[in-house]
Amino acid sequence: MVWDWLFTYWPQLLYGLWITLVLLFLSMTLGMMLAVPIGLVQVTGPWWLKYPARGFCTFIRGTPLLIQLWLMYYGLGQIFPMIPGLRHSFLWPVLREGFFYAVLAFTLSTAGYEGEVMRGAFLGVPRGELEAARAIGMSPWQVLRRVWLPRALRQVLPTLNGETILQLKSTPLAYTVTVMDLMGATSMIRQDTYRIYEPLIFIAVIYMVITFIITKGFAWAERQVPVKR
Amino acid sequence: MPDWLAKALTLLSWGPAGYGDELFHGALRTIEISALAYFLGLTIGALAATGKLYGPNWLKKLLNGYTTLVRAVPELVLLLLLYYAGTDMVNTLLGGFGKGPVEVNGMAAAVGVLGFVQGAYSTEVIRAAILAIPHGQLEAARAFGMGGPLMARRIIMPAMLPFAMPGLANLWLIVTKDSALVSVVGGIAELSLVTKQAAGVTKQYLLLYLVTAFIYLTITLFSNRIFNWLERMTRRGQRKLV
Repeated sequence: MVWDWLFTYWPQLLYGLWITLVLLFLSMTLGMMLAVPIGLVQVTGPWWLKYPARGFCTFIRGTPLLIQLWLMYYGLGQIFPMIPGLRHSFLWPVLREGFFYAVLAFTLSTAGYEGEVMRGAFLGVPRGELEAARAIGMSPWQVLRRVWLPRALRQVLPTLNGETILQLKSTPLAYTVTVMDLMGATSMIRQDTYRIYEPLIFIAVIYMVITFIITKGFAWAERQVPVKR
Repeated sequence: MPDWLAKALTLLSWGPAGYGDELFHGALRTIEISALAYFLGLTIGALAATGKLYGPNWLKKLLNGYTTLVRAVPELVLLLLLYYAGTDMVNTLLGGFGKGPVEVNGMAAAVGVLGFVQGAYSTEVIRAAILAIPHGQLEAARAFGMGGPLMARRIIMPAMLPFAMPGLANLWLIVTKDSALVSVVGGIAELSLVTKQAAGVTKQYLLLYLVTAFIYLTITLFSNRIFNWLERMTRRGQRKLV
């Protein structure tokens, strides 16, 4: 085993770690923002919102993330240049980057998986609490904001821990669309130095450390929720 | 018929003009890889779960390391790592026997790696299912004088399956989707690689990736049906919960 490449390439690896974390953070936060309404309309929405939401979740959960990512990157990349004026607009520098498509694909994927989780969580809130909230005279919006959503989010915390780790483990796919995340940096190092194992073993350990930190973080968040024990 | 639809149909047609047959065979290959990897994973899982529950202390620690490690590292990283390391190891072993290096069959490597990863997840599913069996049933079996293997076959297997079925169904869906990762390593003409190549040649990325996504979706939905039926079969004779 030879590790001297670490001294040369640590800036790239550090930058890759940053990109990986940004990918994870963006896709989880944006994905959850979409997941809440997707879960909600599946529980109470009218049929013209319910069925599209259910179809979206089924599609996302039934197809490989790699295909979704390539569908975005290559498929949308095929359409975008045909839209007149887009190439010269301020959006183009963003639309040209693989990073944008990775965030888009990962966000939609999170929204699909978490939408299903949120559906279960909304269903799991005891009916009596919602009835009590209505009986006090809260409007539907107030019921959602003060009772239904906080209770559902609280229930979902342990699941969210596992889902965040799954999402972390999906981020290396981004390197297939030219994103220089940890995996992308590693693949560059491997091509430069002809070291096959060491860079891969190195990032495997890094991913394990991130997993450990995420688990600790969620354990802390769960302790912040007041429960009667 | 509008022009674009005619073009799309030609692209997806059977035979040399289109990619219909290529995609179909790719899908079959995907199912083949997934099924082999799934059963390899189940075998590893059953053995490792037994080891984790009843084995000596050092084996428990070793297996704990295996499941923790595999489940914390991204599949793509593991796939590349094991793909190269596995090929290397086979050749080192062969070198030890005085044989020259061989080209490891891409199919065997893919199945081996995916199965190894699946094994870690099935270990946990099966272990949890065995632990969920009501303790009285095992005590009753022992009271009848059953030995370990007989109890495993007659009591533990059938009693654990209803608990394990949902988890095992999930694992099958995961492996069919994870098999797409093999296309990053390349070498096997499974659905994703076929699509990648076809799209590269025809430049019809959107259409081909959409079609492929729907093929995967069909596999998933069809599998759901089968697993629902299987789950009903394993629950025969049990009291309905709802």
